[in-house]
Amino acid sequence: MNNMLALSRKKDESIIIGDQIEVVVLGVEGDTVRLGIQAPKHISIHRKEIYLQIQEENKAASSSKAIKDIQTLFKK
Amino acid sequence: MRSKYNKASIYTKANQLKIAKEGSDKMVIDTKHFGSIDINDEKIITFVEGIPGFPDQKKYILISDENENSPFCWLQCIDDPDLAFPLMNPLAVCPTYSPDVSTELIQSLGEPNPEDLLIYAILVVPEDITKMTVNLKAPVIIHTKTKKGLQIISDNEEYSVRHYVYEEIQKLQPIVEKGGE
Repeated sequence: MNNMLALSRKKDESIIIGDQIEVVVLGVEGDTVRLGIQAPKHISIHRKEIYLQIQEENKAASSSKAIKDIQTLFKK
Repeated sequence: MRSKYNKASIYTKANQLKIAKEGSDKMVIDTKHFGSIDINDEKIITFVEGIPGFPDQKKYILISDENENSPFCWLQCIDDPDLAFPLMNPLAVCPTYSPDVSTELIQSLGEPNPEDLLIYAILVVPEDITKMTVNLKAPVIIHTKTKKGLQIISDNEEYSVRHYVYEEIQKLQPIVEKGGE
């Protein structure tokens, strides 16, 4: 990843990413920041921890045992 | 014609990938669980964005199990024989399965006609098979006309990334046997 750009924004201020993505600071409460994101619908936006979890599951899935073993379940 | 893979047959049930009558080129690929198989290049499914965790691998093929009525199949990477994901029909374990996904994301695959869309859930089958899980949170959607695929993270809180299915799959037994030989 490239160097991270750090910006300070206040409530209701926003940043634009490219031409079409806007991230607005909706509010700050304690250590929680509420963000509003406007982006074209085809762009998927996820909480990073969920995305990482999906990546992890996919990696685990790719080292799965052969499904043949699952088929034997049916024959018990 | 497909003598090389008697262990597996490419998914050809109704509602599966249509084989174009012209311009089809055959190729041989190595697979993780089925050795070398012949495929028609029309069967290749392109994941434009890759699959989370594997962004560089974009071309896959569906390989079904011996049993035509099996809810399981494999998503085999074309360019990496060692990369294959077990998939299952999520409706087999969750008859009411209906993930919320953005229409625009589906449209990025092609015209969103329900009859052209296949939905699969990715399985994790560990050494201890009783701990096998299915990812209902992020299904794989395949458009059979455009042959494009996408793994979509649904908005549903009720669908787990690690849904334990061992017992539910055992309950499928009568259905599968009835449909089988």
